[in-house]
Amino acid sequence: MAEFTLRLRRYDPESGAAPYWDEHTIDLEPHRSVLEGILQAKARFDGSIGIRCSCKAAICGSCGVRINGQPGLACHTHLDHALRGARDGVIEVEPMGNMPVIKDLIVDMDAVHWKKIHRVTPWLINKEPIPEREYVVPRESMVDITQSMACIQCGACVSDCLSMEVDPLFVGPAASAKAYRFVGDPRDAQQFERLQDLAEDPHGIYDCTHCFKCIDACPKGVAPMSQIMRLRRRAGNDHHIKDRNNGERHESAFVTLIKDYGLLHEAELLPRSYGGDSWFGKFHPKAGAELLDSLPAITKAVMRRKVSIKGALLGHKIPKADLNAVQRIYKKIEGRDERLELNLYITGYDEDVDGAETPPATAATGAGQPGAEPGQPGQTPEGSPSR
Amino acid sequence: MKVAYWPGCVSRGFTPELHGSMAKIAPLLDIELIELDRGSCCGAGVIAEHSQELADTLNARTFALAQQTDGHMMMNICSTCQGAQTECQERLDANAEYRAIVNETLSEDGLTYEKGITNKNLLWLLVEDFGLDELRSRVKRPLTNLRVGPFYGCYIVRPEDRLGIDHVKPRDTYLSLLIEALGGTVIEYAGMHKCCGFPIVTMNKEASLKQAGRHLGDAKDADADCVVTPCPLCHLNLDLQQPGAEKITGRVLDMPVLHLPQLVGLALGLSPKDLGLGRHVVKPTSVIDWSSSVVAGVGAGDRGW
Repeated sequence: MAEFTLRLRRYDPESGAAPYWDEHTIDLEPHRSVLEGILQAKARFDGSIGIRCSCKAAICGSCGVRINGQPGLACHTHLDHALRGARDGVIEVEPMGNMPVIKDLIVDMDAVHWKKIHRVTPWLINKEPIPEREYVVPRESMVDITQSMACIQCGACVSDCLSMEVDPLFVGPAASAKAYRFVGDPRDAQQFERLQDLAEDPHGIYDCTHCFKCIDACPKGVAPMSQIMRLRRRAGNDHHIKDRNNGERHESAFVTLIKDYGLLHEAELLPRSYGGDSWFGKFHPKAGAELLDSLPAITKAVMRRKVSIKGALLGHKIPKADLNAVQRIYKKIEGRDERLELNLYITGYDEDVDGAETPPATAATGAGQPGAEPGQPGQTPEGSPSR
Repeated sequence: MKVAYWPGCVSRGFTPELHGSMAKIAPLLDIELIELDRGSCCGAGVIAEHSQELADTLNARTFALAQQTDGHMMMNICSTCQGAQTECQERLDANAEYRAIVNETLSEDGLTYEKGITNKNLLWLLVEDFGLDELRSRVKRPLTNLRVGPFYGCYIVRPEDRLGIDHVKPRDTYLSLLIEALGGTVIEYAGMHKCCGFPIVTMNKEASLKQAGRHLGDAKDADADCVVTPCPLCHLNLDLQQPGAEKITGRVLDMPVLHLPQLVGLALGLSPKDLGLGRHVVKPTSVIDWSSSVVAGVGAGDRGW
């Protein structure tokens, strides 16, 4: 047994009083969970502490909280581990972010999380006619969506989404992962419509900033951001959905510019993202409007010699022979019939003969997935879309 | 120390002062830079969004070029390059068959990537390999009285597993350690590990600049004189776009944003002009009192930059 001090964030919106911190010292073995610590504090010292929980085994998703500032499940975090992350020897527990507090550590999941989940039509839309017997699908395609199916709806990713923090309308990581679960399912009849809906939404898949917060937050290795990138790949590459948010144009312009220059030509990327992926993109009215809006910044950058006009016009290139090599790589890979994608969650890591690296926890979970056959790239990628 | 040096695109494009200041501090730290000028863009996550194999192959090519040099390791000066390249490396190193497919493509160019390259951002190299004690001993002008807020950039702090961040290597605290070693005062604030918003600046400019403005505002509220970042893309949103961020957040920010090698260079005794500090949109003169802080002496007679 060992003593641990918990500092709990207390708040009762109905009381009219401000939130405050409350400390309790509990007595438990170090491998027991933070949730057990909170429950002991509740039983021994203060029955009014608000915490939601059920299974205590990291499967029901009820006890999402922030521990020392990091989102996660209280039942899935050992006390000794939590203590290591504590700034001053006290384990700090707060309610999750981006959602209103109902009481103490309990947040209103309905107001944010579930609303967004409902927004992505979270059920299978059957193709007609529905087969009379089992619906047989290629095994690989189901393996591909296992990662997003692992979600337990705890809301940890929503709690710390940095896009949602400034844009509460953003569909967010959990709902996007849920959307991929159906977009990747060959039985679904409306994959294109789903993608178009999420690409065209001004707060849809293109609002994700690649901040990786949701990947670290998820206790189940769902990696919502990776699912968002898959949605973008399908929307932009497979279905060529030219969305109003410049998402497809930006990606397409970036890929083209690296092929043409080897390095990023920033002054070309911006207008092309607005006006379209060609040299003429900058003459499109949308590019013109953006140029006008950015004129003060551009003028200042030129005045400060941050950017020279010549440099902005010509960009920078790698040597000719190397550019040819880069273009050979492009030709070979873009010429493949199927896109090659390696999902480490599914394939796991090679047995490490040298013992140099230990695989991260998320991969270890995935390695044991039924149907996972390590070492077969190309067997589990998202192939061409079904339509 | 000899390193295969990957400068990235933006340090040679829209933030040339970054590449320039790195070249200035390298000899003072006995770091020999073998520039990988044949490598191509890391893809910044955008090429991987299009095709993972393409991003992985382009980066494997850069890694292979680095492995041909006699450098001790590969070094970059961009958080985004660090993150995007580490992500590709994770896939390449994890699976021999996949690596073989990528290497087959590279073989047409006479190159091969061998599993397990060490690729570190300047920040990691300074703390883990050069050493903070050694750095402290080379400081000529400690940054006394300079209140510096760290700004890491997402790609260098998350995901923790992939980047090798844990309690043994707390890489998400290195900027604070470094600022201290240079004699400055560390200002920790809410946004220091958050996103600058740059990746969505063409998709949702309002949300993007709100992010930049909010974090700079947090730093200002914590009384920082300036912030420092190892990421040139963060620099674009925090410095170049700062006037726009001010407009969207409705507050005056006036917060200078320094590149990591610039902060190091100031402490090593280089002049602001040599470090290209005059090339920023928000000039550091506006808040740094060069005459009373020890970074000073610089300012008093040499304000012409």
